[in-house]
Amino acid sequence: MENKTSYWQENLRLIFICLIIWFIVSFGFGILLVEQLNEFRLGGYKLGFWFAQQGSIYTFLGLIFWYTKKMNELDIKYNVEEE
Amino acid sequence: MEQLKLFTYIAVFGSFTLYFVIAWLARAKSTSDFYVAGGGITPMQNGMAIGADWMSAASFISMAGLIAFLGYGGSVFLMGWTGGYVLLAMLLAPYMRKHGKFTVPEFIADRYYSKTARVVAVICLIIASLTYIIGQMKGVGVAFSRFLEVEYDNGLYIGMFVVWVYAVLGGMKGITYTQIAQYCVLIFAYTIPAVFISLQLTGNPIPQLGLGSTLADGSGMYLLDKLDLVVTDLGFKEYTTDNMGGTVNMFAYTLSLMIGTAGLPHVIMRFFTVPSVKAARSSAGYALVFIALLYTVAPAVGAMARLNLMNTIEPVAGQNMEYAERPQWFKDWEKTGLLKYEDKNGDGKVQYTANAETNEMVKVDRDIMVLANPAIANLPNWVIALVAAGGIAAALSTAAGLLLAISSSVSHDLMKGVFTPDISEKNELLAGRVVMTISIMVAGYLGLNPPGFAAGTVALAFGLAASSIFPALMMGICSKRMNIKGAIWGMCSGIGVTMLYVFQHKGVMFIQGTDFLGGLEPNWFFGISPNAFGVIGAVVNFSVAFIILQFSEDAPEEIQEMVENFRTPVGEVVAAHDH
Repeated sequence: MENKTSYWQENLRLIFICLIIWFIVSFGFGILLVEQLNEFRLGGYKLGFWFAQQGSIYTFLGLIFWYTKKMNELDIKYNVEEE
Repeated sequence: MEQLKLFTYIAVFGSFTLYFVIAWLARAKSTSDFYVAGGGITPMQNGMAIGADWMSAASFISMAGLIAFLGYGGSVFLMGWTGGYVLLAMLLAPYMRKHGKFTVPEFIADRYYSKTARVVAVICLIIASLTYIIGQMKGVGVAFSRFLEVEYDNGLYIGMFVVWVYAVLGGMKGITYTQIAQYCVLIFAYTIPAVFISLQLTGNPIPQLGLGSTLADGSGMYLLDKLDLVVTDLGFKEYTTDNMGGTVNMFAYTLSLMIGTAGLPHVIMRFFTVPSVKAARSSAGYALVFIALLYTVAPAVGAMARLNLMNTIEPVAGQNMEYAERPQWFKDWEKTGLLKYEDKNGDGKVQYTANAETNEMVKVDRDIMVLANPAIANLPNWVIALVAAGGIAAALSTAAGLLLAISSSVSHDLMKGVFTPDISEKNELLAGRVVMTISIMVAGYLGLNPPGFAAGTVALAFGLAASSIFPALMMGICSKRMNIKGAIWGMCSGIGVTMLYVFQHKGVMFIQGTDFLGGLEPNWFFGISPNAFGVIGAVVNFSVAFIILQFSEDAPEEIQEMVENFRTPVGEVVAAHDH
């Protein structure tokens, strides 16, 4: 029981970290701060525009795979991994 | 022209043959095969199937066209339709897979210990799914009529027949393997023209990089800068900064699409097909890989199509194209009525400007951009044929997934779960197939006689998923205490607020003239458009549910134990539950 609660707590902590990054990159860089970031350039892309149409999607991908990896480690740590 | 037609027939009917063969090899033998493909799909396969399931005619045909004309504003679709997978992978999919049932309403029934909740969920699911299928059927009809010069009606009948054969025969198992093939067809069809066009314009074959490169015309100018210049010269808003309806609207729109995506039952149910919790997490990742392949190319397709269109009409500033010398694709699309020219100043040339008074391109339908793109760029005929097969694959694969969601919710949730619990497995399977057949006929009928509100209901489908299904599932997993009263009141008020807002601006049941606040922007709540309102519904849902929870009893002990159990990949509580 004890074990399960802390497994869930650690899981929530991971989710929280991921969702903060998720928010900053898409809503932060892509929408709220887009004008400021557009002052900078990434090749022919304005930076804010790049985050909105490319960067956010790559970040989402990275986040899911990072979370999956971390959760697999957590499963082993708490001895709840599947066969 | 004849060669193009021949190539298109080969591409389209060749792909159909492939789908039939796969469906026959993977036909369903049990209810488990039929609903969840026996739970034996690998994460990579499942990711591809989710990709095909998710990317509909709208993603394939309409999205790049929307981006081409909305510019930066089109980002809401790119972020909104991908960001939802982060929520799915972390907040919903693994736990629902652990619970190990066949359908979304079944999960809701177990978690909220209520048949009423199950029926409410089934109703939301059917409305959301059916409205989607209409769009797919229309997509099939349009693709057939444009490329094969078959009547729209006949194209639709062929599409209905094909999807009927492999969905009814194969169930989830057949659909999954067919979707994998369809994914391959659609991604090739989408990226190959994009690679060619990117190479032509910038010399870089990778569209994602081409979009940020300099033009190959020797000017040394960046493609996006050129596009900004061309459109602003004609009075349009700057491509890279045109924000659709302002920051608040873009924020709300993106968030609504994200949580709507995470709440769509036909996507969620795919996570029941994998063998483990671990596989459920990673299939969300693989799904996004396969989706991102198309979604990161789409902005390049949109921007390059817009630039090509502008350059065709006005190759050098001030020297407009003579209408008499217009290219073949221009004439082809004029025939369909989706492209219209009107010589307002009588000079025989084509002026395309933002000013409604002088603009002579009186109609440029956004949906033609992807389909016309290869022709605008003078690509070979086999590429154009491939695009036709890809568009049809995108529409069919999504339609099949939606049909399965509907048939399982009726045969498994309503019949087996609520009204006739004694039904045998064999009869349940038969019922599933009968319901699927009926759904295809209803969808076909609605595709032939599209109701006036067809376009508006897609917004409603996302609004429903965002304001009812997603919050109910998320609270069910993240809050052990959440009870039936909170869930049902939350769902009803979330849907209520969303529908009220959509109806007051777009008409009750989308009937024109019954909208009491008008579609006018000044009446929008904080400038949020009706399509973007799902997130407000979700906030209302969460708030109402937690307020009610404060004034009522927590969920019973055994439910709290069940929640504990599905939060961990393995658990002894399953055993305790079975004893």
